[in-house]
Amino acid sequence: MAADNLPSEFDVIILGTGLTESVIAAACSRVGLRVLHLDRRNYYAGNWASFTFNGLLSWIEEYKAQQQTPSTTSEQGWNDQIEDEEEVVFLSSVDSSISNLEVFSYASDKSEDDELLNSPVVGSLPKAAEEMNGCHKEAQDLGSSSACTQGDGDPHNLEVKNQDSCLSEESKKTDQQPIRSPEQAVEVKKKITYAMLLKEGRRFNIDLMSKLLYSRGLLVDLLIKSNVSRYAEFKNISCILTCHNGKVEQVPCSRADVFGSKQLTVVEKRMLMKFLTFCLDFEQHQEEFKDFTEIPFLEFLKCKNLTENLQHFILHSIAMVSQDSPTINGLKATQHFLRCLGRYGNTPFLFPLYGLGEIPQCFCRMCAVFGGIYCLRHSVQCLVVDKESGKCKAVIDTHGQRISCSHFVVEDSYIRDDQRMQTTYKKISRAVVITDRSILPSQSDHQISLVTVPPLEPSSPAVRMVELSSFSMTCMPGTYLVHLTCSSSGSAHEDLAPVVSRLFHVPSSCTEESIQGSEENEKPVVLWAMYFNMRDTSGFENSSYNLPSNVHVCTGPDDSLGSDYSINLAELVFHQLLPDEEFCPPAPNPEDIIYDGDQGEGAIFEGDSQKEEAVIEGEDGSQAHKQHGATCSSEPAESTDSIGHEILTEYDIQSPPLGNSP
Amino acid sequence: MHGRVKVKSTAQQEEEKRKEREKKLKVYLTVRDAIFKKRSNSELDEEALQLTQQLLASNPDFATLWNYRREIFLHLETVKEEEEMQKLYEAELLFIEACLKVNPKSYGSWHHRGWVSYRLPRPDWKRELVLCDRCLSLDDRNFHCWDYRRLVVKVSGVSVEQELQFTDRLIGSNFSNYSSWHYRSTLLPLLHPQPASDPAPACQKHTHTPTVPTASPQTHGHRVCEEQLLKEYELVQNAVFTDPNDQSAWFYYRWLLGRAEREEVISCVYVSREGERVAVAFSKPVNVVSLMLVLDGQPQQQVEWRSVHPRFRHSPVWLCELPPSSISDINNEHNLTVHWMEKHTQRDCALYTGRTESWCRDSATDQELFRSELSVEKTSVLQSELQSCTQLLELEPQNKWCLLTIILLMRALDPLGHEKETLAHFQTLKEVDPMRSSYYSDLCSKFLIENTILKMEYAEVRVFSLSDKNLSTLCHLDQLLLVTHINLCSNQLMKLPPQFAMLHCLEVLEADDNAIENLEGLYHLPNLEEVSLKNNQISKISDLSPLATCPKLTRLDLRGNPVTKTADIEAELAKLLPSLTDLLL
Repeated sequence: MAADNLPSEFDVIILGTGLTESVIAAACSRVGLRVLHLDRRNYYAGNWASFTFNGLLSWIEEYKAQQQTPSTTSEQGWNDQIEDEEEVVFLSSVDSSISNLEVFSYASDKSEDDELLNSPVVGSLPKAAEEMNGCHKEAQDLGSSSACTQGDGDPHNLEVKNQDSCLSEESKKTDQQPIRSPEQAVEVKKKITYAMLLKEGRRFNIDLMSKLLYSRGLLVDLLIKSNVSRYAEFKNISCILTCHNGKVEQVPCSRADVFGSKQLTVVEKRMLMKFLTFCLDFEQHQEEFKDFTEIPFLEFLKCKNLTENLQHFILHSIAMVSQDSPTINGLKATQHFLRCLGRYGNTPFLFPLYGLGEIPQCFCRMCAVFGGIYCLRHSVQCLVVDKESGKCKAVIDTHGQRISCSHFVVEDSYIRDDQRMQTTYKKISRAVVITDRSILPSQSDHQISLVTVPPLEPSSPAVRMVELSSFSMTCMPGTYLVHLTCSSSGSAHEDLAPVVSRLFHVPSSCTEESIQGSEENEKPVVLWAMYFNMRDTSGFENSSYNLPSNVHVCTGPDDSLGSDYSINLAELVFHQLLPDEEFCPPAPNPEDIIYDGDQGEGAIFEGDSQKEEAVIEGEDGSQAHKQHGATCSSEPAESTDSIGHEILTEYDIQSPPLGNSP
Repeated sequence: MHGRVKVKSTAQQEEEKRKEREKKLKVYLTVRDAIFKKRSNSELDEEALQLTQQLLASNPDFATLWNYRREIFLHLETVKEEEEMQKLYEAELLFIEACLKVNPKSYGSWHHRGWVSYRLPRPDWKRELVLCDRCLSLDDRNFHCWDYRRLVVKVSGVSVEQELQFTDRLIGSNFSNYSSWHYRSTLLPLLHPQPASDPAPACQKHTHTPTVPTASPQTHGHRVCEEQLLKEYELVQNAVFTDPNDQSAWFYYRWLLGRAEREEVISCVYVSREGERVAVAFSKPVNVVSLMLVLDGQPQQQVEWRSVHPRFRHSPVWLCELPPSSISDINNEHNLTVHWMEKHTQRDCALYTGRTESWCRDSATDQELFRSELSVEKTSVLQSELQSCTQLLELEPQNKWCLLTIILLMRALDPLGHEKETLAHFQTLKEVDPMRSSYYSDLCSKFLIENTILKMEYAEVRVFSLSDKNLSTLCHLDQLLLVTHINLCSNQLMKLPPQFAMLHCLEVLEADDNAIENLEGLYHLPNLEEVSLKNNQISKISDLSPLATCPKLTRLDLRGNPVTKTADIEAELAKLLPSLTDLLL
């Protein structure tokens, strides 16, 4: 089906497949609107996407290419479709929401066979060789974001570079061979090489935006209410850690944690439990905090005679607010955290197996099931605005087709700067790090941990870190995928590299990692790292844009841990579109649906999903399957279905964490 | 709007559901009748197995059907090969598992599982343990599963260490769990028993011969070696500081602090020359059958032992009359020995010339009688426990468990020294836990009586005085065997219980200003001369009848009692108590 076969009229056209847009799409489609959902990328979820390792490398390539070739708008072919009383508003054809991308690879690149073959020879290599190719970091620091990624983005380039470094590493190994015990030898064999990352790249699902689901957050409620939860599986975060006094410690947040904690004295245990119990229904105890509401939370904690230890845990890991946020916010955040505890396990958070990118796709699937039409690699060039009413009547898509709509919903990154009231943005700093072991060595390898890192220096930002094991289906066995997130004060690298080097062993040269016995060796070794900034438009409102009133801009993702911002926004936009309709009512059970051949509506479940698949294939051709998530909307969800999903319902509250590890 | 999915209306859905249910019920009843018919025809075949399975799958609490299945299996065992039975029973276990998913607390299913596991030719106890663990991880308080688990552990010989680790794990995940704590209390004495010789500090572990936990602490010596005890105290402290309102940890704490059992001994022998009577007190109530009294080397076979009150078959005090004139001559010296045959123990008592009475005993102070309620001997341990509880109390001044534990620890350490604080804590307890204020009053009375006994013994007098202390109950009366004067004025006593008859030497009783309405305990007190019961609640002449058994009673003060309003009171009393010379009404 060619693109110009798209119907020429829709109720809503939605551009961008991030979480907010996907939820709006599902909600609209669910109540019967005709929805066209487009994304210029060849994958779903926009800045919420998750990539395989190889997919991420391609994404980096694309980013690089985009930096190099400035886009040109071409206005041709469709001018005749614009009538006199209409004007056009152009959209941006480039996505500039990502910046300062830097990539570092430290994994040696040698297959095991090669190592065995080469080792005798390499063992005698002169030391100078290692110095020469020691690290890429220095080289990269020289260039700006786009320049420095040039080499690293390309797997081939990396392979070459790393080959040398690995040789020298091998020389070290051979030197030390005689004193090694057999066990150590085995461990060495397991060392992850860059080739292995590539080979096992499909096992990765690397999130661009790192978030967790609060067990009683809006997103979980929505997933349950709308039955979208059936398309995904979840795992409870197994522990909450914090970086305290230079050490990684477990945060005692549940009753069982407090009981079992070895770091707290019994008196601290009592103080903590007492404070947490108070927070659970703090509104009932006005007298305790009424003099503090606007005073910093930290002052309140001090006033409650909590020890420095406890202040740290509560401020940074439980409330997760900054030192100067007012007490009332701290109390609310603590209360929310506590209310989420115990719903699905001993921590308040869930993580979707296969990565956060699953969630927008689940909503897209829901939208498609109710008749929404999907096109990837398909965008909108401009809006057609009726001069008199100032409303958007239609859009011109990338193929020059005019498609009418009564509402247009668009992700912020499609908006050109000249339509914005302000062009300075907040930014989120992100780092993605692949390591060789968990940050808390004693843990079993089934874990997903949230690590809160308070500001290292008073001026630096508080960093949130999520460490995923391979049981989260986001990285290959033997590796850990670590996401670092903070609101930017500088570039992502400036913000986050100090934390990475504090918590991990970043080889200054690839040889260093084989040094035995040094303290650095106890830390997880960084195999690969990526830094980038993402625009945070969450502060913007519709009035921040100079756009027709029936154009709704979806901002975000924001830098918070949960997704409440995006869900709130989705509901808000939905009610602007349809003030009287319910937002995502539960999907009916298949057996309750009346199949009525004459009306053709009953066939939605089979018919429409096929139709929508066909559209996408026509659009993307063979490329559709290149990327994970770039196929039809139902497919990613089905891939998780086949593992056997657990449906997120209220019944599960007492049961062990969702999504038993397959 | 277009494209809306049509959904059946709720009424339609309800109707369908109702029909569905009716259909199910019909099938259920038919199958049930078929089963009962087969059973009454004694058909023990596999068809019956299938039918019962069908019903039990949806209703696993149908006990009759499980019984029927057992009958069938027992029959099949006689006709089938072992291998076939193994398969059948294994299938049965799978089926029960499904039933447990329907109702994890089905008595029938768990019981049947135990039965099948025993019948299984080659049981797989490991799998059963795994099943229990899974069940307990879903509901750690499912006592059916705990019971079954204990059975599995017993027959499969899981080591005590492993079981202790198991309780560690469960307590770690949720310490509000009596089952885990209790299980721990049965395991610890087996794994870390207190060394036989008391002062040895080291822990002796049974690492080489894993014992199987079978006995409960009631039947075993249940002391735990000190090293382990200290670890347990720490564990409990973590629990009570984390959640001081959770009683399971406090109960375990009480168990750890112990409840020492006193040795069974004869604690006192008293002989009265005038009454020609011997009273024997024991360390705890006994039912005496084999006491042998030897007087001056002559076994007295014919004496009859009686308890102080006919209500008691078990009593800590027993009496016997000596043959007339056997000791009445004040110029003679006599030696008595009481042998307690069962316990191979005895006590001597010498009645010297010129003495009218004599006794030989262990005093309460010698025995540290009232401290022994907590078995931890080490003062330093108790002291540090008291410290941490006090610390907790500072944080939680209203916590009843903490208050009560502090009281117990104080008593174990120094009952007299801490008396004032103890009383203050009792006051707080009554305020924060008014539902149990009577319990606290009784407990407080008990401690006050203990303290008064101690004070009396230090002073070496036979006068017991405890007035104006809000006493609500009387106890430890066996310790007052030798008391001649007792003052219980201005308390809240409502009766003088039968135990009061143990005050065998009592001459003067003052119990004014109480609420006494019952004098049952003033029974056969041979020396009682004066009774003052002003302002009490004695209302009927018949309430005074026990006094008739006290031969020496001459003075009785009943002023301020309802009974004084009775018509003809003086005449009635003269009839009832002819020995009275001094009656105040």
